[in-house]
Formats: sequence, structure tokens, C-alpha cells
Amino acid sequence: MAWQWFHRLGSPRWFYEKTTPWLPWLAVISAALIITGIVWGLAFAPADYKQGNSYRIIYIHVPAAFLALAGYYIMAISGAVGLIWKMKLPYMVMKSAAPIGAILTFISLVTGSIWGKPTWGTWWEWDARITSMLILFFLYLGMIALQQAFQHRDTADKASAVLALVGMVNIPIIYKSVDWWNTLHQPATIKFTSKSSIDPSMLYPLLVMVIGFYVFYALVLLLNTRIEVLRRENRTQWVNDLVANPK
Amino acid sequence: MKFQFDSLADFIAMNGHGPFVWAAYAITLAALIFLVVSPVLQKKAFFKQQEKMQKIARQQLEGQGAD
Repeated sequence: MAWQWFHRLGSPRWFYEKTTPWLPWLAVISAALIITGIVWGLAFAPADYKQGNSYRIIYIHVPAAFLALAGYYIMAISGAVGLIWKMKLPYMVMKSAAPIGAILTFISLVTGSIWGKPTWGTWWEWDARITSMLILFFLYLGMIALQQAFQHRDTADKASAVLALVGMVNIPIIYKSVDWWNTLHQPATIKFTSKSSIDPSMLYPLLVMVIGFYVFYALVLLLNTRIEVLRRENRTQWVNDLVANPK
Repeated sequence: MKFQFDSLADFIAMNGHGPFVWAAYAITLAALIFLVVSPVLQKKAFFKQQEKMQKIARQQLEGQGAD
């Protein structure tokens, strides 16, 4: 009885029906936070005394990089849950997380590159942080490719879950890269254990953007997982009923 | 909190960093919009396809009944 919630959590139908009312809320909250953060960061936060206005890219670069990493955790943990408890839903979450993570990693690489040109004088540098993020991008692409490579759904899910778990090795390397190798990329700006090296007037809009990106990620992951649920359950009665009477 | 620029032109130019900042924001926004629009379109396509299949199934069922 105590485990009932856990098994219900593994039911794709329960998940689909439960998350339907969440979507408009997530959409409104993420849009409000992201728009507020962008206006604040672009127009009202003070310019950096050293980097001038180019630093304003931080308000999209850092949230995108945060979510690229958080998304990897979600993907790998879902894969592990799928492997251990042989549940269907976690695999659907894992599969949906891969393209979203790839796009967020791509955003952080591209915005970082654009930020690098006026700041460091180069579009690209084989710096430890940048290189490990590029590897993260390839891991996400590998996940997408592996999902397509198998005829059987089950084999594809298991193989991708193993890849996601092996790829976890890269995550601490990304975090520690700015401390282990003293290269171009600046160290972390926001620290949870000590004082952040950023003024509150610049930090608050950044926090708004980070929270906005988290809510946005939740929305997009739900939307994609729900499609995956429908596709994999397309022969069940409840999906047929849903198609016949869309709510 | 105050607007950090003297004029709109100043805001767009961003002391010469304008092209970099605006390009970064434009690419990001385009990617975010794609992330939301893509599953919405896929869902529409899924429902359309399933409706078609249900229709075919119904017609086959009716055809058998007429024999």
C-alpha cells in the first residue's frame, strides 16, 4: 500500500491525465519570469565595469548551461529508474530529455562563443569548461542517435539508459573544470556555500532567469514526454477515447 | 533601478557590443520558441493521424456488417 504511489507514478495514463492542468500554469509562470529577466538584464542591470555591456549575455548563458547539466541528471536518473524497476514511464522521460538537453547545451555553447569574441578576442578556445560542455553536447546527440538505432523499443531504452549513466562521468568534470584547469573561462559566479562574486543588482535578474529556465524546462519536458506517452500507448483504449473526445 | 542607457539608439548599440548581445538573445529566443512549438505541432499531427485511423477502422467494421 505504501508503494502504491510509486507504481501509479509509473503509469503513463495517470501521468498524462495528472499533468494536463499543470501546463498552462507552467507556461504562464515561465514566460513571465523569462520576459522579466530579459528586460531587467538587458536594460536595467548595470553594465560590468570591465566587460561593459557584453556581459549581459550572462542572463541567458548561465541559465542555459545550468539546465543543460540539470537536464542530464534528469535523463540519467530516469534511465537508472527504468533499468532498476523496469518501469515504462521513466524511459519516456529519458528519451524526451535528450533533444531538450542537446538544444540547451547548444544555446550555452553558442552564447558563450558570442560572448567570448568581444571579451577574450576569440570565438572558440579549447578551454577545459568549453571542451567538456562540447562533450556533453555529443553525449546528448549520442542519446538521440541510439534511440533511433534499434528496432526494438526495449533494447533502445536499455542501451540509452546505460549510455546516459556512463556519460555521468563527464558531469563532475564540467563542474570542476574551472577549478582544476586555470584557463580562460571564469570561475563560478554564483556560489551556494560562500558569498557570490556578483553584485545583487546583477544577481537578482540572473536568479529570475535561472528560475524561469527551470520552469520552462519542466514545461517542455512534460510536453515532450506526453507526446511520447501517446505514441507508445496509441493502441490502448484510453488513448483511443482521448482521440475520439479530445478535452 | 533605472534604465541604463541614454537613448534607444544607445540601448541598441550597447557601446559597440550590440551585435553580440542581440545575436545571442535572438538565437536563444528562437531555440526556446522551437522547444515549445515543436511538441505542440507533434501532438496535433498525432491526433490527426489517429483520427484518420479510427475512421478507417470504423469504415471496415461497417463494411463487414453490410455483408
